[in-house]
Amino acid sequence: MTHLPFIVASYSLAVLVLGGFGSSAWLRLASARRRLAAIDTRRAREGSR
Amino acid sequence: MSGRQIDASEGDTAARSAAWSLHRFANPGRFLRLAQKVQPWLTTAAIILTVTGLTWGLFFAPADWQQGDAVRIMYVHVPSAWLASSGYFGLAICSLLSLVWRHPLADMAAVEIGPVGAGFTALCLATGSLWGKPMWGAWWVWDARLTSVLVLLFLYLGHIVLVRAFDDPTRGYRAGSILALVGVVNLPIIKFSVDWWNTLHQPASITLLGAPTMDASMLWPLLISALGFTLAFAAIVVARLRAAVMERRIRGLLMARVGSR
Repeated sequence: MTHLPFIVASYSLAVLVLGGFGSSAWLRLASARRRLAAIDTRRAREGSR
Repeated sequence: MSGRQIDASEGDTAARSAAWSLHRFANPGRFLRLAQKVQPWLTTAAIILTVTGLTWGLFFAPADWQQGDAVRIMYVHVPSAWLASSGYFGLAICSLLSLVWRHPLADMAAVEIGPVGAGFTALCLATGSLWGKPMWGAWWVWDARLTSVLVLLFLYLGHIVLVRAFDDPTRGYRAGSILALVGVVNLPIIKFSVDWWNTLHQPASITLLGAPTMDASMLWPLLISALGFTLAFAAIVVARLRAAVMERRIRGLLMARVGSR
């Protein structure tokens, strides 16, 4: 394969950008979901008192 | 009632109905329910298509008779270039909805599109540079296409900074929306730069009306990769937007709790 370093660098960058944005979005979503569930549970507990 | 009054009243009703349906879909709760259903399908399709397109382009598509294997960079570069522009168009639409209808979800969508669009624009510039070095003998040239895409990256970065620059988020959204709408003028410049000026960058190989100037063995992996990147962009923005809606709700609940004490 000709120009291999340039091709490898391009595909690596694509994986980095897509993977980076994808995983950060997923982690942020999971964290928000967990925090929201915790607050909802606390509110429900406080409401039943 | 005169004919003109009836026309005006019908126009008013149509505008009100359009605004109502717009606000119906702007409801964050409704958005979360809809996005929760769509997200798994969107993400799965994005992964399958992107992996297929890139694998096809990297290992199975033929090498170009002139460019050799460097043509394989196209399967990353072209989809990211397409998303750099269409992502900005999406940002501008959200900005318009935000300015005209004070659409709360549009504000949040614009904030979430910005960094993703900037990432894809940076990827487009970097892969273009990686292609340019072996083909043109230079990492960068001040060509109209390259320069206008660099301006697009600066517009994205400006938007990211501006929406976060104010203590009052509403003022940030407003300023960001104005910048995004002014920056739309750059999109036709990017698109037609290769026709208007004598650029080193080649003209478009795929057009809406004309036949593609590319062989099907290269066109198919490119289209699949472009579709995969588009779905990936959408999946990332939807996930970020869902997280942003939840974070706003968390802030609201916590503030209500503090206020009730």
